[in-house]
Amino acid sequence: MAASPASLAVDVRGLNKSFGDKHVVNDVSIQVGTGRVTGFLGPNGSGKTTTLRMLCGLLTADSGEGMVLGRDFRTQAREIKLRTGYMTQRFSLYEDLTIAENLQFMARVHGLDDRERRVDASLDRLGLQNRRDQLAGKLSGGWKQRLALAAAILHEPRLLLLDEPTAGVDPKARREFWDEIHGLAADGLTVLVSTHYMDEAERCHDIAYIAYGRLIARGTADAVIADSRLVTLRAEGPGADRLASRLAGQPGVEMAAPFGLALHVSGTDRRALDAVVAPYRKPPLSWTEVEPTLEDVFIHLMSRQEDVW
Amino acid sequence: MSPLNWTRVFAVMAKEFVQLSRDRLTYAMILALPIVQILLFGYAINSDPRHLPMAVYVQDHSAFSRSILTSLQNSSYFDITREARSPAELDRLMARGEVLFTLTIPPDFSRRVVRGDRPQILIEGDASDPLATGGAVSALAALPQRALAADLVGPLSPRAAVQPFEVVVHPRYNPESITAYNIVPGLLGVVLTMTLVMMTALGMTRELERGTMESLLATPVQPLEVMIGKLAPYVGIGLIQTTVILVLAKLLFDVPFQGGWGALAAGVLLFIIGSLALGFLISTVARSQLQAMQMSVFYLLPSILLSGFMFPFRGMPDWAQAIGSAIPVTHFLRVVRGALLKGLDLAESWPSLLALAAFVAVVTTLAMARYRTTLD
Repeated sequence: MAASPASLAVDVRGLNKSFGDKHVVNDVSIQVGTGRVTGFLGPNGSGKTTTLRMLCGLLTADSGEGMVLGRDFRTQAREIKLRTGYMTQRFSLYEDLTIAENLQFMARVHGLDDRERRVDASLDRLGLQNRRDQLAGKLSGGWKQRLALAAAILHEPRLLLLDEPTAGVDPKARREFWDEIHGLAADGLTVLVSTHYMDEAERCHDIAYIAYGRLIARGTADAVIADSRLVTLRAEGPGADRLASRLAGQPGVEMAAPFGLALHVSGTDRRALDAVVAPYRKPPLSWTEVEPTLEDVFIHLMSRQEDVW
Repeated sequence: MSPLNWTRVFAVMAKEFVQLSRDRLTYAMILALPIVQILLFGYAINSDPRHLPMAVYVQDHSAFSRSILTSLQNSSYFDITREARSPAELDRLMARGEVLFTLTIPPDFSRRVVRGDRPQILIEGDASDPLATGGAVSALAALPQRALAADLVGPLSPRAAVQPFEVVVHPRYNPESITAYNIVPGLLGVVLTMTLVMMTALGMTRELERGTMESLLATPVQPLEVMIGKLAPYVGIGLIQTTVILVLAKLLFDVPFQGGWGALAAGVLLFIIGSLALGFLISTVARSQLQAMQMSVFYLLPSILLSGFMFPFRGMPDWAQAIGSAIPVTHFLRVVRGALLKGLDLAESWPSLLALAAFVAVVTTLAMARYRTTLD
């Protein structure tokens, strides 16, 4: 990422956080370009939520330094909170308040002027106007998520932190949600969003990948794939998917996984990979080299990280 | 209905046991509750309290007077703790609750005993809590017969045959010994404790349990803003409850309202704030609504048993009185009963009000120190 420091909404280095003797975030540095949508990826328990919480002042970092929206994230948490929207992983608005009441509460807590108009505008934009008097607790997952987003951006923040916003939401609602996110980014909002979904990762401008508390890859999706130097071979034909167990664990094979009826075999050492695959390069199987998917790359990164650990 | 399958019953039972053993607080409650109850009921509570403090105003310094005092002490119902120099001083000591009984021996007492006049001595009792003084009052019946038995010998022995003097017992504040006069004002303290401590403790813990705390903390709102905003509605609720109880006390039980409105107002306000702050403090410790509930109950127990609400405060051993003195209800009850039954105002009730204020200060400080603006 060739952004100069001035255009970074988040520029934090050496972030550490332990709970008891568990080192949850280990020396993570994270940069998010202003106006960009950055995907924050990593397996469960890798420290994504903890990192997001430290950025918006919900948790105190053990160490680390840097700026969020041009302010020291360790000493100016209040300033940052005023300009940051945070959407929690679990629905965290009041289920026993209506949609409109929740938004009005958020508007008051943020000390906004012209509250009625803002709440109205927000309801309009998210298509919640005709549900405004419905209790938040009675909403389905997709609507709850829309409401949570509306509440997070009500005070027109400059940075939006989203913690797995689409978990448990149907594909159509997810698509609409992402369209909304990109719309907001086009208006200049910076977005850092954690997710497990690879299709969502591909919709981000940049990606940051964290595993076991360490940041292990970042850049655009294409750059992350290219940087991995991963070679992926695809076998098609009857019985291809059943080869996975036989190839997995062979020298040079970092990953062998069925994709439907086809098989993907990946490794960084092309020669070793070719050698392992050679005995099976015969009909009825046909082999092609394909571009590794982001998922291939992440599974590769994860397994490599496990070894280092 | 299909027959019971004991494997399934056992499956549910085993799961229940495992869950129970994971919840350390519930575990502690299961053990602590019976132990505390037994100790409190067994040792602290005494419905026939003895060693009640008494002030004496002796105008006749004679062997007879000394014998009467000794006899009172020996009955074990009375501890003579103060010696007054005037009737006014006696009144003041009783009004403040420093003594529950006063004794007045008139100036010419011994002379009139010798003459066979059967003179009177006056014992006044604080009957605002009939339970506390009842046993002691009935013990007084035997006093005239026994007190001077050793003194009235020889030529005076005929005097001992009939009662040599008379004891006039004068119950004050609640002369008809109506229990409701004492219980109903006391209920105010218990009701306020029950609702306010519990509601605040649960209200805050609910935010944590439902995850709404995370959203709240991500906004620029500050701890004191949250605390004031969360507690203010309950101050209103507490005031409504107070009004309801006082109106019912007047209409249904005809509880006397002797005055002391200033002390009453200050007491109610301090007590409400103290209870709310305590609820807030509990919510910073409890991790679930269930835990908050259990802690509130644990606090409620001594508030009812050791505060003098249900059982006479003076009847408890010193250690129990010490615990009772640390509970705000104890002081609140003194203020309320003092105001309603005795007409005590700020001038007399300030020690209890001060204790309430100290409680508010300590608990609020602790709550603010424990409240976190982060999820750490």
